[in-house]
Amino acid sequence: MRIPPKITQALAVILLGAATLITVITLVLIIAFVLKRGVPEISWEFLSTKPREMGKAGGILPTLLGTVLLPLLAILIALPMGVGTAVYLTEYTRENRVTRIIRFGTDCLAGIPSIIFGLFGYIFFVTILGMGWSMISGGLTLAIMILPTIIRTSEEAIRSVPQAYREVSCSLAATSWETVYKVVLPNALPGIMTGVVLGIGRSIGETAAVIFTAGSSLMMPSSLNDSVRTMSVHFYLLAREGISDEKAYATAAVLVFAVLLVNLAAYWMMNRFIAKRSR
Amino acid sequence: MRKGQCVERKVKISVQNLSVFFGQHQALRSLTMNVPANRILGIIGPASSGKTTFLRTLNRMNDLDPESRAEGRVLLDGADIYHPSQSAVQLRKRVGMVFALPMPLPMSIYDNVVYGPRLSGIRNRAALDVIVERTLTAAFLWDEVKDRLNMLALRLSGGQQQRLCLARTLAMEPEVVLLDEPCSGLDPISTARIEDALTVLKERYTIILVTNNTKQASRIADETAFFLMGELVELGETSQIFTVPCDQRTSDYVTGRFG
Amino acid sequence: MQNSPNIPVQPNCPDRRRTQNAVVIWCRDKLARYIFLAVAFSATASLLLIALFILKEGVPFIIKVGLKSFLLSSEWNPAAEKFGIYPMIIASLWVTLGAMLIGAPLGVAGAIFLTQFVPRSIMRIIKPMIELLAGIPSVVYGFMGVMVLAPFIRNYLGGPGLSLLAGSIILGVMVLPTVISISTDAINAVPKTYLEGALALGATRWQSVHMVILKAARSGIIASIILAMGRAVGETMAVIMVAGNAVRIPHSALDPVRTLTANIALEMGYATGLHRQALFATGVVLFVVVMILNSLAIAAMKRKTGN
Repeated sequence: MRIPPKITQALAVILLGAATLITVITLVLIIAFVLKRGVPEISWEFLSTKPREMGKAGGILPTLLGTVLLPLLAILIALPMGVGTAVYLTEYTRENRVTRIIRFGTDCLAGIPSIIFGLFGYIFFVTILGMGWSMISGGLTLAIMILPTIIRTSEEAIRSVPQAYREVSCSLAATSWETVYKVVLPNALPGIMTGVVLGIGRSIGETAAVIFTAGSSLMMPSSLNDSVRTMSVHFYLLAREGISDEKAYATAAVLVFAVLLVNLAAYWMMNRFIAKRSR
Repeated sequence: MRKGQCVERKVKISVQNLSVFFGQHQALRSLTMNVPANRILGIIGPASSGKTTFLRTLNRMNDLDPESRAEGRVLLDGADIYHPSQSAVQLRKRVGMVFALPMPLPMSIYDNVVYGPRLSGIRNRAALDVIVERTLTAAFLWDEVKDRLNMLALRLSGGQQQRLCLARTLAMEPEVVLLDEPCSGLDPISTARIEDALTVLKERYTIILVTNNTKQASRIADETAFFLMGELVELGETSQIFTVPCDQRTSDYVTGRFG
Repeated sequence: MQNSPNIPVQPNCPDRRRTQNAVVIWCRDKLARYIFLAVAFSATASLLLIALFILKEGVPFIIKVGLKSFLLSSEWNPAAEKFGIYPMIIASLWVTLGAMLIGAPLGVAGAIFLTQFVPRSIMRIIKPMIELLAGIPSVVYGFMGVMVLAPFIRNYLGGPGLSLLAGSIILGVMVLPTVISISTDAINAVPKTYLEGALALGATRWQSVHMVILKAARSGIIASIILAMGRAVGETMAVIMVAGNAVRIPHSALDPVRTLTANIALEMGYATGLHRQALFATGVVLFVVVMILNSLAIAAMKRKTGN
């Protein structure tokens, strides 16, 4: 017997809807759970003091600092490389074999798991280049990790700058470089910033690549050669080694807040960028 | 038939056997003509007759399209602009262009005008101020915007924007000004302003004006060329083209029988 | 030289400053072009560097021990210099498969529902929300697995709780945003006329969706699943926290397992000599697997744009 199409339609809608609901609820529950358990543990003292007894007591100040500094360092390194790649792909060449190689490399790099970045950073920056477990090792490793994100968002942003601007600039006797830095980049800036924020978000949440390159020192970092511990690493160690569930929840809540805030910023900027373009 | 002849005046641009291709498609077919100095040359013709392509050949804007290819010679003051030793960027300083749609860059009025001069290395604020006032005056725009030079240029009206684009082109001190249907999106009053400006400007510049509006050509052009399907059909004094054209196709076009 | 002040200065004649400037401008333009070309290879060069150094550390070990005994021996005992990663390979395989069994149907169903059966306005709220969740650090997912999921499994299904099943579920949830986001884009890229054509022939919405839209968006959906597989295979911290980390071949979904990634991260901190090389060799295996998955996903995406 054939089931009438009307009924399959209804069944499909119910099943699909249920699946969607499960997905959304699960994801929302995770956030809600972390915040519910973690937020009561957060206090000014928690944010502003150093941890004691490996994090069993005290606060998370050094890890906050690490979470700010390391992603910033990574962005400072990745931004010129990523934007430069995007400019080359959009302004200086057509699709050919070279661009295909560049794109393939970028796509593959985007799919490399973070533990591989950790291994690579450990052997290359920490050991071979002798940088040790340090902010600079961690920053360089994270920079490579977020490079594909920066390249993709920058390329999209640059492509969305109207072609007419380039023609006008060219007709006013600007060279390619002058057109790029006087017209193209300023107009692509909001889109590029979206990529920057996404990259920062990814760096904040990263653990595996950081723990083997930046180390896990709980001291306040004073130079690029010092080891730092980010909140993600701190949280991982607290939870994995069962040091303190309360502190782990609190750290997780701060971490989730930070990531949500950064991603929301990216989303807001992207929307403003799209709105501005379509006007 | 007086094809491409201009005896008594100084020749600014001399085009010899110019053909332009985009990939397989031939947009211009072996063009030969002289453009006289300090006059307005009007170029008329139906859509896709090669007018814009011709214009963009004269300042090598077609180079931006990697598919494009030019054959033949274009001599500016006797020097071939497509010669390998010639820089397209230097050429564009001498041959300025105004596009069909008003296209101010997303910056202030002031910055739009001084975009070209700044690129050629003029940094002195006073010098730039002089350029802005002089060119905006020449484009009949100064009185309307002198109090709000820092306003975003995109907020001007269409007609004002187009005059700003004209001023921006003049600010580079070009020798030749190319205009690609500059009034196609404008109302009659704005059009009249631009036409007034052009008739004054020809004292100092060589002007080539592509227009879809045959009336406009008859109003302000000294000489008029008629393009059809990538070929130059006829070039002559405007009065002659519009009253006693030598070619039947020109006659049909200017009297509005096709196109 | 004659000096005649009556002749007006011609602004157009190329004075010295202008020509000098032109050379500088020309040089700067050329320089910029080469710098951009060099920079453009940064990502590709990084990829090559990573491959080079991982291989350089790992391949000599594999050659020494023998590929077969490295991949197929079940004994992992660094102290006794026994390095067989067969249990880890099996574990990674099962955890990834399990994650896909959970993440792929849910994710694709979500994408279909959000694109086809939900008003655009709601979709505009839910999709960014899901993408926002993609940014939640993996350690947080892992922690949830430890605190909520593992006790649940221990109490209701038995076993130690930290298990293959827990790892699969956590990874399945983690890859949901990837699957939904890319599948949604693929479905949205199908021209509206396809759907309208099917509806006009009298098909119900669901018939049109599964006969027309899913067919047209198939490559993109497959790519999203392959990319999610890559993420699941490569995920480390969350898996360490929930999968139990015992080096043995699992016999049921409730057994604790150790994946390839977990093996690297757990022992890297103190490994030296041959042991460290063995971990890099594990990295080589992981790298090769992920590169294959990446290439497949890129190829699938290409087919989508090719059509």
